[in-house]
Amino acid sequence: MTTTPIDRPPAPRRPAAWRAWLGARWRGLVLPAAAILAWWALARLGWVSTPLLVSPGTVLDTAASQIVSGQLWRALSASLARELTGFAIGTVLGLALGALLGLLPLFNRIVGPSFNTFKQISLFAWIPLISVWFGLGDVAKVTFLSLAALVPVVVNTCDGIRNTPATLLEVARVFGYTRWQTLLHVVLPSAAPSIFTGVYLALIYSWLATIGAEYLLVAGHGIGNTLIEGSEHFRMDLVIFGMFVIGLVGWSMNALARALERRLARHRLGAA
Amino acid sequence: MAENTLSVPATAAPARRGAGPHAFLRNAGGRLLPWLLPLALLALWQLGASRGWISPQVLPSPHFVWLTLQDLYTSGDLWLNVHASLQRVLVGYAVGSALGLALGAAMGLWRPLEAYLLPTFNALVQIPVLAWLPFVLLLVGIGEPLKYILIAKAALVPVTLNTLQGFRQTPVALLEVARVYGYTRRQQVLEVVLPHALPTLFTGLRLGFTKAWLSLVVVELVASSEGLGYLIVYGRQLFQLDLVMAAVIVVGAIGYAIDKLLDLAETRVSGSQAATRLGVAGAGARV
Repeated sequence: MTTTPIDRPPAPRRPAAWRAWLGARWRGLVLPAAAILAWWALARLGWVSTPLLVSPGTVLDTAASQIVSGQLWRALSASLARELTGFAIGTVLGLALGALLGLLPLFNRIVGPSFNTFKQISLFAWIPLISVWFGLGDVAKVTFLSLAALVPVVVNTCDGIRNTPATLLEVARVFGYTRWQTLLHVVLPSAAPSIFTGVYLALIYSWLATIGAEYLLVAGHGIGNTLIEGSEHFRMDLVIFGMFVIGLVGWSMNALARALERRLARHRLGAA
Repeated sequence: MAENTLSVPATAAPARRGAGPHAFLRNAGGRLLPWLLPLALLALWQLGASRGWISPQVLPSPHFVWLTLQDLYTSGDLWLNVHASLQRVLVGYAVGSALGLALGAAMGLWRPLEAYLLPTFNALVQIPVLAWLPFVLLLVGIGEPLKYILIAKAALVPVTLNTLQGFRQTPVALLEVARVYGYTRRQQVLEVVLPHALPTLFTGLRLGFTKAWLSLVVVELVASSEGLGYLIVYGRQLFQLDLVMAAVIVVGAIGYAIDKLLDLAETRVSGSQAATRLGVAGAGARV
């Protein structure tokens, strides 16, 4: 992080920082630790005997075998490849449509209401139609993911552009900016945070949609298929492991996007 | 939708919009513009279907979908399935939002609880409803409780987070005034914190319903024998796309109607809030 001042000995800082980190977090760790302990005890003591109550050890074993055998990697890479493809297509289309909706009032009046109605339709309701039109393979899944990514990008891009402060636009007019200059130097920087929010939401949505697509368009590999397999064979260990992986991927995407956003914000402040 | 007052490449002089016969025409034209695209698409779709450009197996004609919708209505199937879906979503939503309000309020009012609970909550939130589905399915089976639990979970998350945020954003200045006037803790919460949190709270409730409705469709698509989601799956299995589309339209219409209703309630609440808070709002830093 930051450089330590020279006059202070750097050695004792480390444990202090570590303790401060733990001091702030330990309370958050109590509940999960207690839950895992209780789970382990419950499985160990055998008060409830049901095949559904697997011990934490079994889940770890399953995790290890999934990782070592490469099954996890195969499922996860297939899911992520799909997710990123859909995300990329949806975001590009969404940026274009959102920009048109935000910049052209006439286009907005013609297309805007239709789009707003369209986005009300629950996303997953499209899956049966998509499956008829595109089959059950990757084409259908990527189409669905693009749709999932498209909506938040359009909404936030359009909002960001339309919410450019009027005062800024006036200043640009006073300075005799051309349309292009206004767009590049006023509208775009002002809309950037909102656009970023849209892209960030698209990343999250498309991950959720990936699981959904794998769940409802059952064909091929994917982390969602791992879950279904676990569910169909009554293998709770596999289900829990799958949930954990899905949660972890979602969390990583969140963290990545937030770090990127902070970076961009700092960059913007530095440039200003 | 929302008429924004500024248009970005704004170069048009506002004075040009005078009265006269043209203004009326322009007004009517403006009102009709939003219908242009859907009507054009609908016309193209109907034309394509009736001319046989598109096979009805792939895309049934709008007329056919309309007939199916009427058929569903007259046979009572529509009501049966809507009823099942609405019951599910209402039960799940009621449970989820009640729990969410309680949880959010508890964490908002009592910071130690937040420190213990929120990290776990945030971790569990990362797992989407669809990933919970197989887990809950194995635990409780494929019956109604499965749907209630998942819908409740979907509603719980935004309600909890917004309630917590709402309770946290009371302006310091207001709390200080309350302290000066010797308000008890109970009075502070009821008369200062809660009124101020109400708009955020409402946003959470509305968001919660959107999520609940979305989850309902998902859950019914995966596991149910009645309901709108089931109707979609059923139509898909029989390759009756008219049925699928009719069901999708009903799902969209109900979701839209309830969202509008909550929107109305929300603006009402925040409107009355703004009126009572006038003069104090905006003063003081946020916590």
